[in-house]
Amino acid sequence: MAKDWVIHAEDLMKVYQMGEVEVRALAGVSCNIKRGEVVAIMGPSGSGKSTLMNILGCLDLPTSGKYILDGEAVETLSDDQLADIRNRKVGFIFQSFNLLSRTTALANVELPLRYAGNVPNKKERARAALESVGLGDRISHRPTELSGGQQQRVAIARALVNDPAIIMADEPTGNLDSKVGKEILELLLALNRDNGTTLIIVTHDQAIAAQTQRIIHLRDGLVEEKK
Amino acid sequence: MNIGQSIIEALETLNGNKLRSGLTILGIVIGVGAVIAMLAIGQGAQDTITSAISGIGTNLLFVSSGNDILNVRNPKPLTLGDAQAIADPFAAPDVLAVAPIIQGRSDVTAGGQTMSVSVTGTTPQYFIMQNYSLLEGDFLTQDNLQGNASAVVIGPGVADKLFGRRNGVVGETIRINGQPFRVVGILQSKGGGTFGSQDNQVIVPFTTAQTRLIHRSALNEVDQLYVQVVSAQAVPLATDEVKQILRQRHRTPVGIDDFSVFSQADFLSIATTVTGVFTIFLGGIAGISLLVGGIGIMNIMLVSVTERTREIGLRKALGARKRDILIQFLIESSMLSLIGGMIGILLGWFLGFIVGRVAAASGNPFNPAISLNAILLATLFSAAVGLFFGIYPANRAAGLEPVEALRYE
Ligand SMILES: Nc1ncnc2c1ncn2[C@@H]1O[C@H](COP(=O)(O)OP(=O)(O)O)[C@@H](O)[C@H]1O
Ligand SMILES: [Mg+2]
Repeated sequence: MAKDWVIHAEDLMKVYQMGEVEVRALAGVSCNIKRGEVVAIMGPSGSGKSTLMNILGCLDLPTSGKYILDGEAVETLSDDQLADIRNRKVGFIFQSFNLLSRTTALANVELPLRYAGNVPNKKERARAALESVGLGDRISHRPTELSGGQQQRVAIARALVNDPAIIMADEPTGNLDSKVGKEILELLLALNRDNGTTLIIVTHDQAIAAQTQRIIHLRDGLVEEKK
Repeated sequence: MNIGQSIIEALETLNGNKLRSGLTILGIVIGVGAVIAMLAIGQGAQDTITSAISGIGTNLLFVSSGNDILNVRNPKPLTLGDAQAIADPFAAPDVLAVAPIIQGRSDVTAGGQTMSVSVTGTTPQYFIMQNYSLLEGDFLTQDNLQGNASAVVIGPGVADKLFGRRNGVVGETIRINGQPFRVVGILQSKGGGTFGSQDNQVIVPFTTAQTRLIHRSALNEVDQLYVQVVSAQAVPLATDEVKQILRQRHRTPVGIDDFSVFSQADFLSIATTVTGVFTIFLGGIAGISLLVGGIGIMNIMLVSVTERTREIGLRKALGARKRDILIQFLIESSMLSLIGGMIGILLGWFLGFIVGRVAAASGNPFNPAISLNAILLATLFSAAVGLFFGIYPANRAAGLEPVEALRYE
């Protein structure tokens, strides 16, 4: 059973010390996510969704708790090993796209490969990723020359270019209108269908959550599992 | 990450903010340019001075009154008697010849033209020691000397100025301090030296100068003695002999000589020391501007790190290690300083060239010398400045927490 879990988290706590006050962004979250699963994380603003995602994606470390990602105990890893995990196992998609505005779509997508060490055919792989998100004709455009939906597609291409086990999206459609948002969601779900990539999507949108297999509800840093 | 690609990326980033990068580079350009120019000028000065000193011959000694190291009270002046004593082959077997010298400045006139020149009174040996050659006429002779003759050998510059020509001047009369002198010879041009142009001088018999042109307080006083040694190897021996004779004649206790004896090697080592200090001093001042340029780099890199906090967070999210970020920013700062360094080398070379031209135009030919060492030094130094002043900002960037950085507005 445990072998199927790509994510196994036990009692994660994240406490921020704001001067005298302690802010408990996560107050003991446990969750297991199976390989190939599509999971939505929902909850009111400030409930700890982003904090949880950042920890699951190894961008941040929990104050306490146990976390095993794809068989690796994260708390034992060095900074460089964490960087390596972010590079190879996780693909991030952000609400605000986070593309480098100075460079082309192709260069943006190529970036994770550049940090991956000796990867052959970087350009070709980046181009293939852009083609798979329907931007084969936009590879030398800069982000400012692309629409919001197109920018998020570039970000998706960047997330999938390294063939990660998990793609994590923090409110990926938050800055897009609902029609474009739907297309982006379709694209993500297609990744799951075609490659078996695990998807974790933080969202406020009930319609998006409805298309996932499972919803984790957060409230005040705690899980209330339904469905 | 591949270094070549990182360099291209760094150049693209710097190119994205041309004005800012340009101004930062300018700081380094000025710093390196100043260092290169100053080192070149210092080296040029050294070359000129040492070659001038080398030109005076390896087997000459210069004796003057007074002591440069010890402060001797009331030094006895050098006299003709001293010159004769040193010329004595039994007392000083390693001395070949001695020329007493007395020097002053006077106005010379001819054909309505007037010129202020250096007047040297000396003996015929002087011409051999100085390696002079003649355009026309003869050197001064022993007869001129004994007869207090009103004979003069003039430099080519004097001929140009007074007669407007260098040929057929022998036999003409010029007036020195109003007294008529017959021109017996014209020297060949030696060009300007560091010690003033040798072309604008006139040479008269010692006796004539002493009695009629240059007055000294003591009887038979001379300003300097030129001593020709039998060979370059015998210079130390001859020096000892000269010192021995003068100590006896001046009755000074050993160790407190009231005269100084210099050889060419002494002059060379003094000149090298002086110009070396001079070069270090100039280079040091210029180095300060390079330091200021380096602080400019640090400043701009700190601004850049702050501005690109989100980018750094993103790169970390995509798998960049601390090292990758560190290298990225270090490459950017070293690119700034390397580009600045290269342009600075050109600028320094150009400045040196201009200084050389200005010096040549004002009659003191002098070649600022840009050595490969100076270029290597400046390149290494500017790269080091970029690295050194880039380390702090780059470390700051590399140390950012990915989540915090991504959150930054
Ligand atoms: N760096 C931080 N410092 C202090 N408090 C923080 C920090 N990051 C998040 N928080 C707090 O943690 C709680 C959860 O934040 P977050 O995970 O961003 O919520 P969500 O994404 O669900 O809106 C909030 O109360 C927030 O103010
Ligand atoms: Mg959030």
